[in-house]
Amino acid sequence: MPYLSLTEEERKAILGEIGVRSFDDLIKDIPLSLRDPKIVLPAALSEPEVQDLITKLGRKNTTTQDALSFLGAGSYEHFIPAAAMEIVGRQEFMTAYTPYQPEASQGTLQAIYEYQSLMTELTGLDVSNASHYDGATALAEAALVALKQTDRPTILISRSVHPHYLETIRTYLAGTPYKVEELGFDVKGNFDRSALAAKLDATVAGVIFQTPNFFGNVEDLEGVSEQIHANGSLMILTANPLSLGLFKSPGEWGADIAAGEGQPLGLAMQFGGPYLGYFVASKALMRRIPGRLAGLTTDADGKRAFCLTLQAREQHIRRERAGSNICSNQALCALAACAYMTLLGKAGIREIAEINWDRATYLRSQISKIKNFEVDTAQTVFNEFRVKSKKSFQKIEEKCMKQGIFPGVSLEKFYPEMKDQFLVCATETKSKEDLDRFVEVLSQC
Amino acid sequence: MLISLDDRLSFEKSKRGRRAVRLPASRFSEAKPLETIPQCLLRQTSIGFPELSEPDIVRHFINLSRKNFSVDTHFYPLGSCTMKYNPKINEWAARQAKFAALHPLQVESTAQGTMEVLSELEEGLKEISGMDAFTLQPAAGAHGELTGMMLVRAYHASRRETHRTKVLVPDSSHGTNPASAALFGYHVVEIKSNSLGCVDMEDLKSHLDEHVACLMLTNPNTLGLFEKNILEITRLVHEKGGLLYYDGANLNPLLGIARPGDMGFDIIHINLHKTFSTPHGGGGPGAGPVGVKKHLMPFLPGPLVSKTKEGYRWVSPGPRSIGRVKLFHGNIGVILRAYAYLKTLGKEGLRKVSEAAILNANYMKEKLKDTFTVATVGPCMHEFVLSLKSFGAYGVHAGDVGKRLLDFGFHAPTVHFPLVVSEALMIEPTETEAIETLDRFIDTMKLIAKEIVADPEMIKTAPHTLPVRRPDDVLAARKPILSYRDQVREKVLLAEAVA
Amino acid sequence: MNFPENLRYTKTHEWISVQGAKAKVGVTEYAQKEISDVVFVELPKLGTAVQQAKTAAVVESVKAAFDIYAPVSGKITDANKALESNPGLINQSPYADGWLFELEVSNASELNSLLTAAQYLEAVEQAPKH
Repeated sequence: MPYLSLTEEERKAILGEIGVRSFDDLIKDIPLSLRDPKIVLPAALSEPEVQDLITKLGRKNTTTQDALSFLGAGSYEHFIPAAAMEIVGRQEFMTAYTPYQPEASQGTLQAIYEYQSLMTELTGLDVSNASHYDGATALAEAALVALKQTDRPTILISRSVHPHYLETIRTYLAGTPYKVEELGFDVKGNFDRSALAAKLDATVAGVIFQTPNFFGNVEDLEGVSEQIHANGSLMILTANPLSLGLFKSPGEWGADIAAGEGQPLGLAMQFGGPYLGYFVASKALMRRIPGRLAGLTTDADGKRAFCLTLQAREQHIRRERAGSNICSNQALCALAACAYMTLLGKAGIREIAEINWDRATYLRSQISKIKNFEVDTAQTVFNEFRVKSKKSFQKIEEKCMKQGIFPGVSLEKFYPEMKDQFLVCATETKSKEDLDRFVEVLSQC
Repeated sequence: MLISLDDRLSFEKSKRGRRAVRLPASRFSEAKPLETIPQCLLRQTSIGFPELSEPDIVRHFINLSRKNFSVDTHFYPLGSCTMKYNPKINEWAARQAKFAALHPLQVESTAQGTMEVLSELEEGLKEISGMDAFTLQPAAGAHGELTGMMLVRAYHASRRETHRTKVLVPDSSHGTNPASAALFGYHVVEIKSNSLGCVDMEDLKSHLDEHVACLMLTNPNTLGLFEKNILEITRLVHEKGGLLYYDGANLNPLLGIARPGDMGFDIIHINLHKTFSTPHGGGGPGAGPVGVKKHLMPFLPGPLVSKTKEGYRWVSPGPRSIGRVKLFHGNIGVILRAYAYLKTLGKEGLRKVSEAAILNANYMKEKLKDTFTVATVGPCMHEFVLSLKSFGAYGVHAGDVGKRLLDFGFHAPTVHFPLVVSEALMIEPTETEAIETLDRFIDTMKLIAKEIVADPEMIKTAPHTLPVRRPDDVLAARKPILSYRDQVREKVLLAEAVA
Repeated sequence: MNFPENLRYTKTHEWISVQGAKAKVGVTEYAQKEISDVVFVELPKLGTAVQQAKTAAVVESVKAAFDIYAPVSGKITDANKALESNPGLINQSPYADGWLFELEVSNASELNSLLTAAQYLEAVEQAPKH
């Protein structure tokens, strides 16, 4: 067994030191009937064998580097700077524990503090936590915060929010006194304003929107926060953080909480995780924010120092009275996002958003020119848009895959009424040739 | 050792016009964003990101990394956290583009390699734990507990037993246990520990009635003891119709030795970032797969991976499923690391890991028992708790000893936990530490014991050799400065300027 | 330790000062020492009804959160806003500037169940020493 240092002589010597005859004397509290269970597992592999196994398993995957992928819908293919990968790969970050001992964790703590600072800049809100599991769970926690803050029982959520987010929120609230109400969307896929007015009553704790929404549309939320706040409810917005380089921030829209998925900020898609739940809120909600917070202070010698703070909110102190049970978060993913945002810098965050907009807008306009496909060019999108096809999506997907193309995500899986509609995503990873080739293949479908 | 004289934030190092990453200049669309996008959708405020060159950014972060203790640089005897070595083969696997560049919504046939990993890891976890099925969705131990409580609730609801409103939790439990149960409106009842540190059977019995939904248990418990009445405990709870939840935080000493499933647990989570050697990442990401017995399988979140003749498939769960608990399939990057570890361990490695973890802990306990008070009697499992009570006269607390250890290059043990021991120091060496390291730690602890008597003030003001000393957490909590924005607003200037 | 004679006390370390139908509530000097540096106080909302021996406020230190129980039942009529910006007042002046909230006593007979300064002192002296 690798990674163990214990030699046979040391083992004997240790047993002697402890003063027992055999190892079994140390585990005599374990009932005999439980001991030495029959376990069926393959034999140990040596490292070259493990590498070989992983390599062979990898060959069974067709990645977005092998194919030309237009998949989005909550996980996005983006360029990751080499420097960001090197920074995250530093084992002093990777193999450290939660920074409960601030003297031994100033690196992690300052990085979290800088991450929090970058997220407040990006979202235009006041206080960011150190990260949550992912977008769906961060949004579910945001719903819980609204329910507790307002002491009201209902969460209103637009059906144009990612269906997996919606499902996760429903899972979190099932069996509690709280309930989830849906807001419909119009033919263009934007939330229904008249339904909002109708459903906004004294039971509503918070209203959740997504922008760009699940269909890729940048939602126009003009006047919405005023309407929600006049009702005494909170506005929760889940935004693609990369889109905020170009589009209005949650703070500018008047949201109380921005919570969602940070994967576009320099994290690989990894078949769905680990990702980064971001959670940023207004100052008024500071003490309800779930999860860890890093703060600035001074040390005993008057030097600047960082530490975890407002910990009395958390489970390890409040136990059953804590607002959330979160313990581990996604600190390393937050570090990746921190490095990514720092490397992009003030100009880069705007440029990357513009490039994404440019790629998607170009592709959409090219698709609008081919027959059998319909797109709504009047909608403002970021890097993703909805395509309606006159042909069966299954056939289109089969044909595209033969050409090494993942054409997009079927919408019918999520909305049965949207037969042969799919989401197409184009980011900065696509060249003009890539986009033209895709249009060419689609036109032959 | 001086790490860097420049402790400024990236924001404070920023200089207008500097750039790191360069992006493509070409635009494909004839439309221009600022002319095309309606004004009301465009961002109006500037984004105050720092402006730095790549070399400066890299140096910034690498110097930050050097201010950390980590498993790769230091011994971390942190009780209940299982800070074992994180094998580099795991990292190698996770970095392979063949796994990293995979989209979660790809067609199943194009992701067979990863789906095989998920399925195989599930099989391995089932064998090791004695459970019947697993979901890999939960992102952490606490997320697993949350999922577990949802399963408990759904199970009882399906049997029309909604009167089960109590969740029992030992007083030595992790804080996440009561917090998870309370989130679903469960009334949390603490079960006392007996004088030996295990569940007090009489107290347990006194709380057992038809209102019990579940008992959450960590075994071995946070004192490092195996609950020797475990079979009796699970029988009693089952008799009253309650379920048993196993908090897998302390599974490391049981690999190949005993299985939670055989003990009678109905639901279990396993912290892959503890027992299965994946790195803690400064607080995450972890992974907390949840395993269940047959009667709870219909309630698992979905989709679940299934092995068929045509290959691996996603199967939607049935109507009784609690529903999705996560955006996609789970923390796959973490699961892949755990898979590589499981392959390296193999059947024969399991028991070796747990035996070495138990031997190391007992060795340290034996060597320290004459200097400090051990909170328990007899052998321990993978961890043990010392109490600093006998040094009370010097006014030195467990936390102070933890801080002093940092000066000797050891991470602090878990201090002031479990709550049932006063002035607790909870020590878990793990199996991957060599005896020489344990000896150095033991010698250091004995030296510190002498220092406490000779110069308690020095211990109370430790550490003396680290980049900072005792950050003022009262100030941090009273006047929270949580971002650079707060700093600017509150005019908290550079440390140098303050000085 | 100072436990003023004119106040009444609870075993859970709150004090109450009755003036007519209204009463002010705070924590004792013993409690503020046990809590150590107060960093945050969660005050009750005006108008809420509180019950005797049930949580009415929460006082946080860096490492713990303490429930503050209402010594008697009543309706909250005022809360000490000064604590929001300066929670340390509880440590500096537990019986004056560090008061927590004021309530309108709904059941005056509950006052009979409270401790006198002498009785409270006795209770504190019997408490386990840390």
